Amino acid sequence: MEKVEALVELKKNKTAMAGLILICFLLILALIGPWISPHPPLVPDPINRLKGPSWSHPFGTDSLGRDILSRVIYGSRISIIIGLIAVSISLVPGTILGLLSGFYGRKVDEPIMRGMDIMLAFPAILLAIFITAILGPSLLNTMIAVGIVYIPHYARIVRSSVLSLKEQLFVQAVRSLGGSNLRIIFLHIFPNTIPPIIVYATLGMGTAVLQAAALGFLGLGAQPPTPEWGAMLSEGRQYIQNAPHVAAFPGIAIFMLVLGFNLFGDGLRDILDPSLR
Amino acid sequence: MKRGKLLFVIFMGLMVIPSLVLAQTPVKGGTLTWGRGGDSVTLDLAQATDGESIKGGIQVLENLVIFKKDSMDVEPQLATSWEVSKDGLVWTFKLRKGVKFHDGTPFNANAVKVSFDRVIDKNHPFYKYGTWRYPALGLGPVKEVKVIDEYTVTLRTEKPYAPLVANLALWLCPILSPAAIEKYKEDIGRNPVGTGPFKFVKWIKDDQIIVERNDDYWGQKSHLDRIILKSIPEVSARFMALQSGAVDIADDLDPDSIQMAKANPNFKIIERPSVNIGYLAMNTKKPILSNKLVRQAISHAIDKQTIINTIFRGLAIPALNPFPPSMWGYNFKIKDYEYNVQKAKDLLAKAGYPKGFDTELWAMPVSRAYMPEPVKTAELIQGYLATVGINAKIVRYEWGVYLDKTAKGEHDLCMLGWLGGNADPDNFLYGLLHSDNAKPPAANIAFWENAEFGKLVKEAQTIFGKEKRAPYYLKTQEIFHEEAPWVPLAHSTIVRIYNKKLHDVPLRPNGLNSFQMIWKEK
Amino acid sequence: MARFISRRLFHLIFILIGVSILVFLMLRLIPGDPAHLLVGELASPQDIARIREKLGLDSSYVYQYFIYASNLLKGDMGTSIRSNVPVSQEIFVRFLATVELSIAAMLISSLIGILAGVISSVRQYSIFDYFSMMMALVGISMPIFWLGLMLMYLFSVKWGILPMMGRFTMGLDYHVISGLVMLDSLLSGDIQLFFNSVKHLILPAFTLATIPMAIIARMTRSSMLEVMSKDYIRTARAKGLSRGTVIFRHALKNAFLPIITVIGLNFGLLLGGAVLTETIFSWPGLGRYVVDSLSARDYPAVQGCILFFAVIMVIVNLTVDIFYLYLDPRLRIDGKG
Repeated sequence: MEKVEALVELKKNKTAMAGLILICFLLILALIGPWISPHPPLVPDPINRLKGPSWSHPFGTDSLGRDILSRVIYGSRISIIIGLIAVSISLVPGTILGLLSGFYGRKVDEPIMRGMDIMLAFPAILLAIFITAILGPSLLNTMIAVGIVYIPHYARIVRSSVLSLKEQLFVQAVRSLGGSNLRIIFLHIFPNTIPPIIVYATLGMGTAVLQAAALGFLGLGAQPPTPEWGAMLSEGRQYIQNAPHVAAFPGIAIFMLVLGFNLFGDGLRDILDPSLR
Repeated sequence: MKRGKLLFVIFMGLMVIPSLVLAQTPVKGGTLTWGRGGDSVTLDLAQATDGESIKGGIQVLENLVIFKKDSMDVEPQLATSWEVSKDGLVWTFKLRKGVKFHDGTPFNANAVKVSFDRVIDKNHPFYKYGTWRYPALGLGPVKEVKVIDEYTVTLRTEKPYAPLVANLALWLCPILSPAAIEKYKEDIGRNPVGTGPFKFVKWIKDDQIIVERNDDYWGQKSHLDRIILKSIPEVSARFMALQSGAVDIADDLDPDSIQMAKANPNFKIIERPSVNIGYLAMNTKKPILSNKLVRQAISHAIDKQTIINTIFRGLAIPALNPFPPSMWGYNFKIKDYEYNVQKAKDLLAKAGYPKGFDTELWAMPVSRAYMPEPVKTAELIQGYLATVGINAKIVRYEWGVYLDKTAKGEHDLCMLGWLGGNADPDNFLYGLLHSDNAKPPAANIAFWENAEFGKLVKEAQTIFGKEKRAPYYLKTQEIFHEEAPWVPLAHSTIVRIYNKKLHDVPLRPNGLNSFQMIWKEK
Repeated sequence: MARFISRRLFHLIFILIGVSILVFLMLRLIPGDPAHLLVGELASPQDIARIREKLGLDSSYVYQYFIYASNLLKGDMGTSIRSNVPVSQEIFVRFLATVELSIAAMLISSLIGILAGVISSVRQYSIFDYFSMMMALVGISMPIFWLGLMLMYLFSVKWGILPMMGRFTMGLDYHVISGLVMLDSLLSGDIQLFFNSVKHLILPAFTLATIPMAIIARMTRSSMLEVMSKDYIRTARAKGLSRGTVIFRHALKNAFLPIITVIGLNFGLLLGGAVLTETIFSWPGLGRYVVDSLSARDYPAVQGCILFFAVIMVIVNLTVDIFYLYLDPRLRIDGKG
């Protein structure tokens, strides 16, 4: 597929553009956060605790009187970084395992895929909880945990596209010309697995953000007073009756970011890999 | 005019009396539903450490002696009287006659022996049926239980141990039916058979426990037909269940919900000063914190009153000694380190840290009555420390890891608390601050070792009589204040919130009561 | 076919052994001593040592695993450290609560999902199509713990229509027959309890159903679209069969294969989602239990639960595969799922 052509199609695809706009909006918010947030996100102000939305605090304040809007804005940095890093952590090993597994067949494939099966036998959130428990709760460890959990998914996607590519004529041709295995894998097969990887990674960003927020919600994520959305939401559930805004706004923020990734990923899929539809 | 007034008074009197009488005459029958934060782990209280197990178990099981209904003084329960030998080693208990366990087994000296021996005697056939907790706090000092006759039993300790009777009143020393222990073996915790005013009926795991009135109870029989103990882990859900009438009592509400409940005329509230403390321990084995001036500076830097207003919503008093003023032996002469940023900065400068330093502040991951919102408390303390230049990073581990690591002394500053089970100062001073307990895994997590303090505490243990022991404790509190191994933060007020249909609801300072006296309006 | 199944069964055993080793190792790698947690804040070193010995935690890992595995082969999952009750019993009672919730969620998600998917595909590019596909996207983008909270706020706190937690109103008499409240209430003819438990089930089941519902709707739509463009559907239409007959008898039947797969695979998602949903709605199920057990470092309980989850996941996958094989004979030759 030609790059220019893809860009043109991207512009035409309304779903993808809507997603891209959402992501860009939150990205810009994250970048200029320190200049636009109305209050410092970490400094407690106990007198103004649990105030509802108002002009000075458009999203209200939390139980220590901190401005929720400012915390949501700062939180966007954290969630976007979590998405990026967690996906990279699953992407690299996942792709390599998938390539090897798909290309070399049984002797390599069996152990790798059975290993992946073992990981997949765990419900994702439980495996993530385990890994954070081992590593200790921190932002970085959350990303690592979420990243590791999704390695098998990438390995499977890549493996299945390798399996179909391997039989194709151009690969057979290179092989008959005496190309080494590594050469075939990385120069001829890998580039062709990129489109599905991009699609899956974009969708995976959304999943990663959700999983990380779930860990934060269960109290296993970033250390306080970090304004992580999941942790903020978790705090809010205690005040669901007298101050529902505490839980509402971080939840909306998570939703918007994830929706952005999903819309964009969906659009990309239509363009890059119609067969995955 | 006069006559009219008189008539009016009589009329009013007639109006009031019936309602008074009605309000005061207990109604028999009804079900009490009780919403609490979690399920019990076991109802064999000799194996229990968590509040939720104890709350359920004490409805069914009884001890030799028990705390009075709303204080921490001891009164007879299954024992009618007791005395200690002159050397302070042998305690003789006379037992109540004509008492039967719920399974019909008669209560006697043998039942006491079996219930206690299974905990303290490794060779006892029932020892293997349980995991016995805290023996040091309960029956630990007891070396031998002897049956003298059907209704007399003696306990022998190795050394004179004054707090023994208070220990026996703790949940850890229940008397169970020996026949049931033999029958249920490891499962006794799910089938408790005691002598209490309620009989165990059914337990649906993670959901509810049901107990029913014991119609053969030896004492005042319960008014209620049954109690349902319902676990509702989410605090907001628990409060809503109370509001909707789904539960009659809701335990462990957060301070904000308590404020809302206070404003609601449908609920009644009992508040009682508790026998607990929430504190910030400073690890005196760390180079910077080993400096007394630094510890005093930190004590000056923290605004306890704002913490109490914000976190406890006023339901606490600032702490300055290691145990609360509701206990005997409290030193009222001590004046707290007042909140004073300048003083704190001066002390830091004097200690050689004019620009402050970097440190870690460990926050508990679970909430307790003495520390209802540990993470938020830590966030506030972090803010206070920042104003004097101390840069504290908040660290939070899971509860198990937290206990482990703090017991090993890996922390700088850490938060913890204690609920004094038997309301004896020794329980706080020896357990939490003595050098005996400053070796990993330590309970003295300030790792503070002070020879004079330690000597006074040890001596007071061997003396009988509160009046004689008190002077020792007054002195230890002075040392504690000067050395400042902790910043004592607060003694929380414990509350019980319930539907106004309930009457005669008790509340002990440790929050653990039998509900036999409660009755419910129809 | 037999060869395929026996190979899959061999995989199953292999995976379960792998899972048991992995869980065992991970638990021991997690800091935090169960003995210390058991005795709490004021444990003396002697108490801890005594309990470690009693729990068999003082021996080597290899030996501990050996004991664990050999007991497992005898069908003994061990005894919970916290409650001293056999893990299998603890799991079973909670599993029933989770089953009730998962089946309800499964039904809701399949019914609504398939229906929305079918309508969308029949009326491709209609307003309904756009709307339902948008809602499907919204569904998979929402944090379900947030959705649960907001539903709870609206339906229980604000409007007071539905109960906010638990399986049935306490105080109602409940005679346990099977452990599934809805089934039992019907068996014992207790209509009040039945409707009561249904009401309690609505919010958590709907919360749990959201994501699978969205996925099933999308899958149904695309698979229907593919089938409907096939020749035999056109032929059926040309033969003058009614629209409804064509859609449900012919198209949906043939589109069912991928839909079934998705439903099966989503069962795993449901188990994972149950961890959060059960926490929010105070549902006494397995998801909450495993998280609680983990934070109490109740090794046998956690090992038991995870193994149990793994068995279910593997069996579901196997069933889906066999089903696939049965419906689509082309796959039989290769034997690869």
